[in-house]
Amino acid sequence: MSGRAPLPQVLIAGNPNCGKSTLFNALSGGSAHVGNYPGVTVDRSSARLRRGTQDIELVDVPGMYSLTASSPEEQLAVNALTEGDTKAVVCVVDATTLQRGLYLALQLIESGVSVVVALNMMDAAERLGLRIDTERLSELFGAPFIPVVATKRRGLDALLVALDEALEPARGSQGATVTYPVELEADLAKLIPVVAQWRSETPRSQLRVFALWCLLSLGDDSLRGVPDDVRRAVHDIREDADARGRDVDLEIISSRYAWLDDALSQACSAEEPGPSWSERIDRVLTHPIVGLVVFAVVMFGIFEALFAGAEPLIGAIESLTGFMQAQAAAILPPGVLQDLVVEGIIAGVGNVIVFAPQILMLFLFIGFLEDSGYLARVAFVIDRVMKGVGLHGKAFVPLLSGFACAVPAVMATRTIERRRDRLVTMLALPLMSCSARLPVYILVVGTVFAGQSLGWFSAGAVALFSMYTLSVLVTLAAAAVIRRTVLPGPAPTFVLEMPPYRWPSAPILWLNAWRRLRIFLVDAGTIILAMTILLWALLSFPKSADVAEHYAAERVRAEQMAASEVEKAEALRSLDSQEAAEQLGNSFGGRFGHAIEPAIRPIGFDWQIGVGIIGAFAAREVFISTLGVVFGIGEADEENKPLRQALRDARHADGTPVMTPLSGISLMIFFLLACQCMSTIAVVRRESGSWKWPVFLFSYMTVLAYMASLAVYQGGQLLGFG
Amino acid sequence: MRPSLADLPLGQHAAIASIDCERRLSRRLMEMGLLPGTRVRVVRVAPLGDPIELRVRNYSLSLRRAEAAKIVVSPEDTV
Repeated sequence: MSGRAPLPQVLIAGNPNCGKSTLFNALSGGSAHVGNYPGVTVDRSSARLRRGTQDIELVDVPGMYSLTASSPEEQLAVNALTEGDTKAVVCVVDATTLQRGLYLALQLIESGVSVVVALNMMDAAERLGLRIDTERLSELFGAPFIPVVATKRRGLDALLVALDEALEPARGSQGATVTYPVELEADLAKLIPVVAQWRSETPRSQLRVFALWCLLSLGDDSLRGVPDDVRRAVHDIREDADARGRDVDLEIISSRYAWLDDALSQACSAEEPGPSWSERIDRVLTHPIVGLVVFAVVMFGIFEALFAGAEPLIGAIESLTGFMQAQAAAILPPGVLQDLVVEGIIAGVGNVIVFAPQILMLFLFIGFLEDSGYLARVAFVIDRVMKGVGLHGKAFVPLLSGFACAVPAVMATRTIERRRDRLVTMLALPLMSCSARLPVYILVVGTVFAGQSLGWFSAGAVALFSMYTLSVLVTLAAAAVIRRTVLPGPAPTFVLEMPPYRWPSAPILWLNAWRRLRIFLVDAGTIILAMTILLWALLSFPKSADVAEHYAAERVRAEQMAASEVEKAEALRSLDSQEAAEQLGNSFGGRFGHAIEPAIRPIGFDWQIGVGIIGAFAAREVFISTLGVVFGIGEADEENKPLRQALRDARHADGTPVMTPLSGISLMIFFLLACQCMSTIAVVRRESGSWKWPVFLFSYMTVLAYMASLAVYQGGQLLGFG
Repeated sequence: MRPSLADLPLGQHAAIASIDCERRLSRRLMEMGLLPGTRVRVVRVAPLGDPIELRVRNYSLSLRRAEAAKIVVSPEDTV
């Protein structure tokens, strides 16, 4: 934005599941800009809309049931209303659950802001046989009620006309005066002068509503920026009321609902509709047996898609990255610039976009589950299990996705409402054994357990199975511990609306998945790219001129000695690999590997594995290619026979082999538990909104991994293994 | 001892008498329309026995049993 005056804002508010975002997308035509609210990690979607001669900014406020707030995240809407340049609010109400939706609309209208009520899903309400007199409602509430069907773009023109009128100067909502008990009015009279000092710019007419908001919100909150004298006044009033056996919360809320019940009795048919389609679907989908089967099938489908379905796309992106690297290498002269472009920048961009398929897939799935209403049922079905470790039922899908990749899984935690629950899930799920760990396990198993068996099973299969089981147990244990120590607080409550089943709209699913991907590419991608370049520098510098000279001479010698072209090429390739190994050993990363050897020797590793672990920070599977370079083999994958042989042949200074079954298990456990993944760090930074949490994540996982490997390796040696 | 929502048989209509739990939760439930006098009915129990699903004010809400146990109800006379 340039230095121009901020645009007048129109907020789109409403309950969760009321179709608010659909309406926002319909009005904005998908041209939304997604940013972050300052200080909290809640998406702020906004779009510029031209109305007549002026532009307005349409802002999609997070779904809420009430303006009452107890956390900074819930405070957003109130702040937007009172502090922003809000000129009007479109309150979206699901016509099939009028009372609850209108509770929010009533609060907005009470606050004096200009409100237009969009009665959404009128078609569904009609099918249920609900008769709603919108004209009568408009009169009673003193705000226009416009019937719309956001998914079919019906009623949008009328809504915009009403919005234009609402935007005219000096328009506000009039009417809708709730009668509160006399005792409460006396409390308000006491509180309003205190609030007036805090909110000196707030018009007098709105102070009363603000005082009501304070009475209802303050006390057990974690809100920011509320002055102490307001808190004290609210505290005194509530204490006095308690002493007289009054319940202030109940008085305020029930007065509003009483007003609503009265208004609705004048404008709507009263009979409760018969069993709906949703009811019938739910009889199947939450059936004790069928429900669990459907649940398992859906979850397996997601898992399979992320784990296997994304594989060809990921492979294609990796091939493309390789192709680009080869092209750049051919164009640029050999040297530092070429290396920077090939191994730093192109590799870094590749490291970012390689996540795109899984992120898109997961968010298409989650979007489908959420918009169809099934995600609430997933939480309903599995909450019993999640409750045991202090997690919310909605943590299940992110945890499961963690088996494929922690990056989209961390992003998926945003379906969990409360910040604390979201953080616990985000901090535990990187312990799920993701698909990038598998190549490491396979390399280790192929190196130390080749051909061995345990009873009927191959030793490698048992080791792999143990890793996956261990990862689930450790993840759940970590969640339970983090919830009790680092993020203590009330256990998550499970108050979850079960929205009616609805068929999701494909364009909106795509739009949302694409927005999520774009946020990842921009915010987390920048960090990943920077870290890739940093890692490249660590493993490439300083370059030893002596080593380069030595190998240059060796090459000349080899060219003279070779009997044939084939032999010459072979000798040169071998020299290249040896030089790369020596240069890597000499680099900052190599020196660091040597430096940490005394620390990793007790868990069974040597400096070469240490260098591999440093390289693996780019992504766990990079461990293997780094080892390929360390051992002078060149490019290698987990099935590479020379690499396995080199690992078997590796010896500690005292002549004992580095890789034994015991050190192999220690290595697998280290990879299972350590946060060897800069992309996870980057995405946790993005989703938690601060560096504090990724630093904590990295620290606790590294300590945990080290201690576990130490216990296994030292314990195993004491017991005579290895 | 008056029955709570957690004790209510499936399908039985009842009126909420009081909500006796921590303020954060009671305020949330009240704002979602669960007030003294509001008619509720338990429509479903999750496959693993918890949580339960209620029908209230024309929408469905699920709650854990531990929370439902804090909502005291007076069952309506069965016809």
